[in-house]
Amino acid sequence: MDLTLKVWRQENRKAKGRFETYAIKNISPDSSFLEMLDVLNEQLIREGQEPVVFDHDCREGICGTCGLFINGRAHGPDEDITTCQLHMRKFKDGDTIVVEPWRAGGFPVIKDLMVDRTAFDKILQAGGFISINTGSAPDGNASLVAKEKADEAMDAAACIGCGACVATCKNSSAMLFVASKVSQLAVLPQGKTEAVRRAKAMVAKMDELGFGNCTNTGACEVECPKNVSLAHIARLNREFLAANLKP
Amino acid sequence: MSNFLNSSIGKKFLMSLTGFFLITFLLVHLLVNSLILFDQSGHLFNQAAHFMGTNPIIKVVEPVLAIGFILHIIYAVILTRQNQRARPIGYKQQKLSGSSSWASRNMFVLGILVFVFLAIHISNFFWKMKFTGHELLEEGAMGNMENAYLLVTTFFQQWYIVILYIIGAIALGFHLTHAFWSAFQTLGLSNSKWRKRLDTIGLIYTLVVAGGFAIIPIWVFIASLI
Ligand code: SF4
Ligand code: FES
Repeated sequence: MDLTLKVWRQENRKAKGRFETYAIKNISPDSSFLEMLDVLNEQLIREGQEPVVFDHDCREGICGTCGLFINGRAHGPDEDITTCQLHMRKFKDGDTIVVEPWRAGGFPVIKDLMVDRTAFDKILQAGGFISINTGSAPDGNASLVAKEKADEAMDAAACIGCGACVATCKNSSAMLFVASKVSQLAVLPQGKTEAVRRAKAMVAKMDELGFGNCTNTGACEVECPKNVSLAHIARLNREFLAANLKP
Repeated sequence: MSNFLNSSIGKKFLMSLTGFFLITFLLVHLLVNSLILFDQSGHLFNQAAHFMGTNPIIKVVEPVLAIGFILHIIYAVILTRQNQRARPIGYKQQKLSGSSSWASRNMFVLGILVFVFLAIHISNFFWKMKFTGHELLEEGAMGNMENAYLLVTTFFQQWYIVILYIIGAIALGFHLTHAFWSAFQTLGLSNSKWRKRLDTIGLIYTLVVAGGFAIIPIWVFIASLI
């Protein structure tokens, strides 16, 4: 496949960025999107230019490190995948592909396509943990958790912190991320102890770091690679309201 | 409490509560207005209008409703401004139509349209009935019961007014398609099961309310021709 790439280039945090256009040839439709960027970078290095900086680690959809805004969509034109799971067969020969970094005040660009997602760590540090000692793996059936509850917690825990929810949201809201991190603990007995403090602290941190206000458009849920449901946002709202009603 | 109202969810909570209040108001308003359709003599509607204008409970609810409207608008402005600032640099290309509804992305614009319509609508009827009075209200008035029916039905004989009211109903309808479920979601009153149910109930509510408000002027206009 021969393609034209329009890629966001930005020297550093402070610099003003711009789009650069690159022509790239002979890309296999079976290669992944990131492999295509690798080929581009090799080409750039051969030409004596700076390679494009982009985040990636596992390249199998489990770490949440990768994340590009491709042709107007977070993680590109496919459903329920991370950027590293996107394949070139989703594009046509001769296509022009626009590649942008996540755009949000809470995620400043570090260089080119790489953004700083420390904000998510800060939100987690504010309350996304349990501080009671749960000991080693408990005996089976020692602490009973209903199957549905366990499933819900597991679905929420599927969040890999990629930030696609923020990137796609018209309000740059981090509600789906925060909701999943609250939900994964809120439905389990181990998470109940700090439930009140957790919801308040995490929402306060999220607001403080400049993420927008959720208006329930639902775009995050659609673009989330792990299918985290809006139902978790409803639970976060419940947890937060309940926490504020408690003295 | 001030902490709560400064938080993103707290502000949305207020949007949701006032929204629920407005949703209820719309339904009551439509029920009263629909009397125009069911009684050509106008007597039923006049009685209802008289009741709404004089009943002490309604007199208390009226300013509360006005405050609800104002809070809904103020908080919409605050939230929208914050949301615009949350993305200082925008995308070159962004496709949102596949992942969210048009109405959900344009609630603020739709809200402005509804607000403009509301201002016109209030000056058309409520203002005259409550403050300035109108000769049509006097015509055929029974005792202290004004002839609101005559004012309304005469007004809707102008085709451009009918079109204006249809546009108002459409804007309101789009606003409501997102508002209904969203109000529940913000209060945490939704889950995967209820989301679909609330969506359906919301759609029915929207069709009834927006459709109802559009049908009344159309009906009166057509009736005036024959
Ligand atoms: S909720 Fe989904 S989109 Fe958001 S950070 Fe987690 S995995 Fe990514
Ligand atoms: S690189 Fe780990 S999820 Fe894409």
